[in-house]
Amino acid sequence: MKLDPKRYDRMVRLFSPPSRLGADCLWAFLVGGGICLLGEVLRCRYLRIAPAETAGALTSITLIGLAAAATLPGWYQKLAAHAGAGTLVPITGFSNSVASAAMEFKSEGWVTGAGAQIFSIAGPVITYGTLASWVWGVLYWVMNRGG
Amino acid sequence: MSIRRRDTLLFPDPPVIAAWAAVGGKKEGEGPLASAFDERIPDAGFAAEGCRSWEQAESLLQQRCIRRCLRKAGLRPQDVTLAFAGDLQAQCAASNYTLRALGVPFAGVYGACSTMAETLCLGAAFAAAGYSERTLAFTSSHFCAAERQFRTPLLYGGKRTPTAQWTATAAGACLLRPAGSAGVPVAAVTFGRVQDYAVRDINNMGAAMMPAAAATLLAHFGACGSGPEDYDAVITGDLGAVGSELLYTQLRREGCELANHLDCGCLLYDRDEQPVQAGGSGAGCSAAVLGAYILPQLQSGRWRRVLFVATGALMSRATILQGESIPGIAHAVELIAPKGEREG
Repeated sequence: MKLDPKRYDRMVRLFSPPSRLGADCLWAFLVGGGICLLGEVLRCRYLRIAPAETAGALTSITLIGLAAAATLPGWYQKLAAHAGAGTLVPITGFSNSVASAAMEFKSEGWVTGAGAQIFSIAGPVITYGTLASWVWGVLYWVMNRGG
Repeated sequence: MSIRRRDTLLFPDPPVIAAWAAVGGKKEGEGPLASAFDERIPDAGFAAEGCRSWEQAESLLQQRCIRRCLRKAGLRPQDVTLAFAGDLQAQCAASNYTLRALGVPFAGVYGACSTMAETLCLGAAFAAAGYSERTLAFTSSHFCAAERQFRTPLLYGGKRTPTAQWTATAAGACLLRPAGSAGVPVAAVTFGRVQDYAVRDINNMGAAMMPAAAATLLAHFGACGSGPEDYDAVITGDLGAVGSELLYTQLRREGCELANHLDCGCLLYDRDEQPVQAGGSGAGCSAAVLGAYILPQLQSGRWRRVLFVATGALMSRATILQGESIPGIAHAVELIAPKGEREG
């Protein structure tokens, strides 16, 4: 055939329609912003009954709970199909990734399925989040010793 | 017997597809071919039957399809002398469980989304050689079983790229018989060669499979001394909108104008109304379109000669994560109208 990988790569780029950047960004901005706004409203409410740090934690917990609850009937997935990064980036995206994996692998058992696979998507965030905090901890310790 | 010419088997006394069936899930049952399915299954999870996993649900989908096919052929399961089958699940699990229920001689086949054409090629060759009197060839795919194996959990919120394709929840089955029986004759088959042009994007399967489709088409035309204009339609499996455009461009470069091309991935769904991005895919996509659309057109004589080329992307989840490119394959099946219909 009159084809080589380099030439084909150019051809594929030419014929593959790009994502609708404008519409996608708008969706992500509105939905992501909406989730953050909801978080802010929740925080203000919690501030009435708790100190700032506790109010922040309660806000995160509420958003995580709401996202997990919206994951089960498939609402979160349907919203994410339009919102993209708007639903992925906030803490609700993390919740969705854990809840969806737990639901998915339930059929393979509570231990070997849901238990083993629950962090199959969120796992890297936890792993590298922990690693990054460890690295930062060491740096912090070194910097403080010098100072 | 058959004549081997390069990668093609020509059948002077063509074996026939004596009966066929196609079943589709909810989304497929809302598409353009809705009324053509032998059965539409809105609950493709088979919850009413106590099914607890998508893997078993796909096997039940196959069993429904086979039951329909055998009923049309007037046969009982034990009359089947050999079954060629496969699916997208690891170890072709759905087919294995189906054949456990069916209890007939079984040769498992994995050709990813090219499985329908591959099982037809094998079934036709066995029928022509006199090795099997009543051969069942079938395949399926199930969106939910494929998603969790190749991508992410179903409830995970992610956005699809415009080049992505939608794995069909569908199955197709054909019963092949030797020459002389009533049915749609298989005039020739071409076994494809693996083609890899370094496409690594799992969300652009049409691009990954196009070179295989082009290579098999050229091989088939070369061996048969034919060109696209000799067919009423040249039908690829699941190149989708992106792969189809690439195919036209490549074949034009090879000096071959593809004016009568159809793609099962674009036939199964209404891309304007249904959110399937570049079109359908999955082994069940081409299998169901074959049974619901292509074979009936030949049977009625509306089409005289058709080339059916199902395409498959032969990666695994592991090879993709390891950064390997996606090898593609395509097998061709040349179908002609039954004799009476051909002359009339």
